[in-house]
Amino acid sequence: MSNPREIVGKRIARFFQDGDLVNLGIGMPTAVANYLPEGVNIILHSENGFVGLGPTPPEGREDKDVVNAGGQPVTILPGGACFDSAMSFAIIRGGHLAATVLGALQVDEEGNLANWMVPGKLVPGMGGAMDLVAGARKVIIAMEHTAKDGSPKILKRCDLPLTASKEVDYIVTELGLMEVTAAGIVLRELAPQVTVEEILAKTEARLIIPETIGSMEL
Amino acid sequence: MTKVVKKEDIMGKFSNGQTIMIGGFLAVGTPEDLVDILVEKNVRNLTVIANDTAFVGKGVGKLVVNKQLKKVIVSHIGTNPETGRQMNAGELDVELVPQGTLAERIRCAGAGLGGVLTPTGVGTIVEEGKEKFSLDGRTYLLERPLQADIALIKAARADTFGNLVFRRASRNFNPLMAMAAGLVIVQAEEIVEKGCLDPDEVMTPGIFVHMLIKG
Repeated sequence: MSNPREIVGKRIARFFQDGDLVNLGIGMPTAVANYLPEGVNIILHSENGFVGLGPTPPEGREDKDVVNAGGQPVTILPGGACFDSAMSFAIIRGGHLAATVLGALQVDEEGNLANWMVPGKLVPGMGGAMDLVAGARKVIIAMEHTAKDGSPKILKRCDLPLTASKEVDYIVTELGLMEVTAAGIVLRELAPQVTVEEILAKTEARLIIPETIGSMEL
Repeated sequence: MTKVVKKEDIMGKFSNGQTIMIGGFLAVGTPEDLVDILVEKNVRNLTVIANDTAFVGKGVGKLVVNKQLKKVIVSHIGTNPETGRQMNAGELDVELVPQGTLAERIRCAGAGLGGVLTPTGVGTIVEEGKEKFSLDGRTYLLERPLQADIALIKAARADTFGNLVFRRASRNFNPLMAMAAGLVIVQAEEIVEKGCLDPDEVMTPGIFVHMLIKG
């Protein structure tokens, strides 16, 4: 078990129950769909206007009107349905999504999330991220534990502009699974071969260490 | 009565300084032929309301590259580096709006509502300058309607009266924008005679549509 995408994807896939309606963000979150346990089928929501998002079509079978929210060709599975953007975001804001899985630049002790801009450097716009984080019943962050330069991403306080305030429920990284609670971030599970000391060293936020910590079953 | 018109009729409707809504999501569901007419007319100082600025050379991106815009109201500009360049150079005003809020603000204008209360953006820079309401233990922002002089819409099928059917993910903002502008111009891939669409199949009633071209 080596790459973070696989570790994180496998663990998050175990959050879901058969039939859950879920929105997966671009990048690491998308990989979650590859690791669903046997017998668990989730329905994927695509914010550009459909449910029943399916895999990439074979080359030559692309449909110009069927793309995901990143503009990549995809398919719509049997039972899928299409709608306009107001319906798409009513589904999101109205609490009809069991969960949204997103990447993060920073997350903090209060469950604040920053993932949409770096002032002066990267201003792509929030797209649907603010609605997803405010509206989904469960907000799960899928990311590498630290930034490329090794600096922590789980902080006492985010200093980048927020995507939403106090909405994050779980953070899953290649090192472990953390839950954001009213008291702070609780370390629930450690990935294989990871120690409490290692995860503490790579986290700026205060981590609450309970008496028993689970092992991340993968 | 038919609403099918010639390119010249559409060209005559564009002028400098207009606010124009353009359907589409990363150019899927964008009426490219109508955008091309707008580029050809070369009107300037436009405000465009759209989901995004698409790509250089595609969809709304063509208007950005041709420097016809003074302002865009969109949820995302990340796929078009030229938008970011003009924004940083102070040549283009960019108002970023969360995608669901953008949809509801457009819907409000078409539905005669004075605004919408949404939890999206609370505690972020999106809330700056907006009224906040605490209702039943949750905080909401008041977001105001967005309307336009003209809406450019893409449909898969239309009848000559302007009844529209959209296809797959190309529907996105099109039905909402078709209700929120003074003049609604549609590019449809297929145009059939009035009466050839089942009333139950119609997604945007023709009463909202003023002009149609095939493309």
